[in-house]
Amino acid sequence: MSNAPVDNGRRRFLTIATSVVGGVGAAGAAVPFIASWNPSERAKSAGAPVEVDISKLEPGQLIRVEWRGKPVWVVSRTPKMLEQMKAHEGQLRDPQSQEPQQLESSTNDFRSIRPEIFVAVGICTHLGCSPSFLQGGFGEKVEGTEDGFYCPCHGSKFDMAGRVFQSVPAPLNLEIPPYTFLDETTILVGEEQGVA
Amino acid sequence: MFGKIVDWIDDRIPMTRVWNMHIAQYPAPKNFNFWYFFGSLAMLVLVNQILTGIWLTMNYVPSAEGAFASIEYIMRDVEYGWLLRYLHSTGASAFFIVVYLHMFRGMIYGSYQKPRELLWLFGMFIFLALMAEAFMGYLLPWGQMSFWGAQVIISLFGAIPVIGDDLTLWIRGDYVISGATLNRFFALHVIALPLVIVILVFLHIVALHEVGSNNPDGIDNKRKKGTVAEEDKPKFKFHEYYTDKKDIIDAIPFHPYYTVKDIVGVVGFLILFCWVVFFMPAMGGFFLEAPNFEAANPLKTPEHIFPVWYFTPFYAILRAIPDKLMGVAAMGASIVVLALLPWIDRGSVRSVRYRCGFHKWNIAGFVVTFVLLGWVGATPQTDFKTIVSQVCTVTYFMFFVLLFVYSKNEKTKPLPERLTK
Amino acid sequence: MMKKLLIGLFALSVNVLPAMAAGPSVPLMEAGNDISDQPSLQRGAKLFMNYCLGCHQMQYQRYERTFRDIGIPTEVGQEQLIFDGSKVGSHITNSMAKDDAAKWFGAAPPDLTNVARVRGSDWIYTYLKSFYKDESRPFGVNNTLFPSVGMPHVLQELQGLPTPIVEEVEENGQKVTKVVGIETDGSGEMSVDEYDQAVRDLTNFLEYVGEPTRLESEALGIKVIGFLIILFILAFMLKKEYWRDVH
Repeated sequence: MSNAPVDNGRRRFLTIATSVVGGVGAAGAAVPFIASWNPSERAKSAGAPVEVDISKLEPGQLIRVEWRGKPVWVVSRTPKMLEQMKAHEGQLRDPQSQEPQQLESSTNDFRSIRPEIFVAVGICTHLGCSPSFLQGGFGEKVEGTEDGFYCPCHGSKFDMAGRVFQSVPAPLNLEIPPYTFLDETTILVGEEQGVA
Repeated sequence: MFGKIVDWIDDRIPMTRVWNMHIAQYPAPKNFNFWYFFGSLAMLVLVNQILTGIWLTMNYVPSAEGAFASIEYIMRDVEYGWLLRYLHSTGASAFFIVVYLHMFRGMIYGSYQKPRELLWLFGMFIFLALMAEAFMGYLLPWGQMSFWGAQVIISLFGAIPVIGDDLTLWIRGDYVISGATLNRFFALHVIALPLVIVILVFLHIVALHEVGSNNPDGIDNKRKKGTVAEEDKPKFKFHEYYTDKKDIIDAIPFHPYYTVKDIVGVVGFLILFCWVVFFMPAMGGFFLEAPNFEAANPLKTPEHIFPVWYFTPFYAILRAIPDKLMGVAAMGASIVVLALLPWIDRGSVRSVRYRCGFHKWNIAGFVVTFVLLGWVGATPQTDFKTIVSQVCTVTYFMFFVLLFVYSKNEKTKPLPERLTK
Repeated sequence: MMKKLLIGLFALSVNVLPAMAAGPSVPLMEAGNDISDQPSLQRGAKLFMNYCLGCHQMQYQRYERTFRDIGIPTEVGQEQLIFDGSKVGSHITNSMAKDDAAKWFGAAPPDLTNVARVRGSDWIYTYLKSFYKDESRPFGVNNTLFPSVGMPHVLQELQGLPTPIVEEVEENGQKVTKVVGIETDGSGEMSVDEYDQAVRDLTNFLEYVGEPTRLESEALGIKVIGFLIILFILAFMLKKEYWRDVH
């Protein structure tokens, strides 16, 4: 036993100080382990914006491009398709696109920057299947609407603006990715105007 | 509230009992010195290796086509991947540094002597498993040194008569080192051997706590019941498991005294360790060898092939003998003889402090031998170095022969009654 | 006695270090490059893209992070340093077929991502300064550091074609002619000093690519070690405080 009496205050202070500083160190040591789970340079490179040439896109046609490993649809909507979209608004969950499934530039009746060109992530908001494009054959799913998207997995239905119909499992409209028109016939998917 | 939770758990598993028996009321000799840091440091490095290893496997590709590129991917594309990899590669070398110093401590203070023979043997098994772990891990980056180093080491098994050639073929699973070899080494490196090492470390500690720690004086601090006067007993509370059987003197509870002391050791070690990790991870070619930054090429041997530094003393013994089988046998014997130390040393005084002067010189000579062998094994062979390695091979084994001879009737100094500072 | 042993061990280990470097036949010149010198790295990158990338790839290194690390804006890099229309996120590669390359040069040109870690910066610097005229070789050049080199002198328009200084020397009792040095022929676009700087820049760039995280590592290392020293002081005081109980 040392002759000096035990200084409990000092002991408590040093214990707490060492624990706190040591705890900060442990938290700091965890940073590289946690950060290494972020998308790597490879993933980011693969997730870079994709240019789509739409000069050969026929009216009524759908093309698929891959962006961040997901299918992105680019559809040229005919005037007829645009017209029929207004007819079934009463049967939709979110006709005004109030849920944040699109950026500001696509928050409108057509959910697109240009009415005739529709861009969407082709993944059902229910459980991640990719719906089929039923051109002219959608009438048997929704009466009076000739064109639309139908998910084969659990029967969710979307109109030509990717808006989900009522009484299907999918809760939300299809996601609209950020995109911008580089010129008349080129779309850049993955980046909004001005961000680049 | 907290107490209730503890009670609830204690009714179901012996949490508090184990904590008290092995940490809070474990009697540790009060005179541990610098050399007693390396056990806890080895534990720290083991944890580092396991954690960074798990994280490296998240991006590593165990195939001959993808391995090298995946390491570069970790080093360049994964956020902090370079740090995880350097922690792991530096950790491998640090592991051997602390383990060699830990073993050296056992040698100078006679920690292998009765009743700690099994403790020493578990330690030797850990050392063996660690060597296998390090060797297999070194193949995984699939660089030139990985490939050709493994080629050389696996060929050693070819020296075994009759079955040698079939054995090497079986280990490789191919006519050369190939993806098949890489995959099996990967499986053993990340799952099998770490499991073995963790189990052996557990047994090592169980054995330690059963017989109690040795100390720099090498004298027992557990005395026969009733031989220690009340005023000589330490004022600390120790677990009945220890006090029921023996009287304990000059001991302190492991916690908090050695936990706070080991924290100092751990942080001091981390300063040196991080200095290497952040400023010189290749350590001048000792920790990461330059040819290993080139992808494995089975058609082109690097100019000089060396194992990583921690194997070089044993590798030098192998090279010293101009006969393949005898070389391999000598290398094996150099490790086996270490394991037999408890029976080679026939003395009853443990610590170098109280043994004859010749013992001190013998140990000093052994250290010089070991370092010289390491140097010879890590550098290109010359005629002079071949002679050095041959002389050192003789002096290496001489240490054990001499120890066996003089320890029988050794003239020792009188042992102190109590542990000294 | 243990202290003496330790000191001895340390002294030995210090002596061992220089012995590790395998000795090349020609003494290496000091590159004297500095990977924190961004203008030098940028010049080096430009030299690499113009003179080396035709044959040598950096297949593990990406353009984008290279531009970011050495201070080139992405758009500028894309316009001025990517010649094959690759995306900025892609690896620095060329489209030379390996088999053709092996036919032309005797061996496929090695990937240069890690060359500075394999060979060392001084080696690269010396190598690029050691080409000389030798009509007996397929490309009309040889190299004092790398005899019978399979690579042409790609920087010839910058350096010119040095001529060898040949001397008769005694070797094992026999007289042999040996190239003991080279001297400039003055036909290059650059002066000797300018060429040295260009090679230093290129070496610098290769050293950076060998370990792109070097500077980040050292910056982080200072902080980590500073933190650990504070923790060490606290832990040391804590230990002292507790150990007052032990006598």
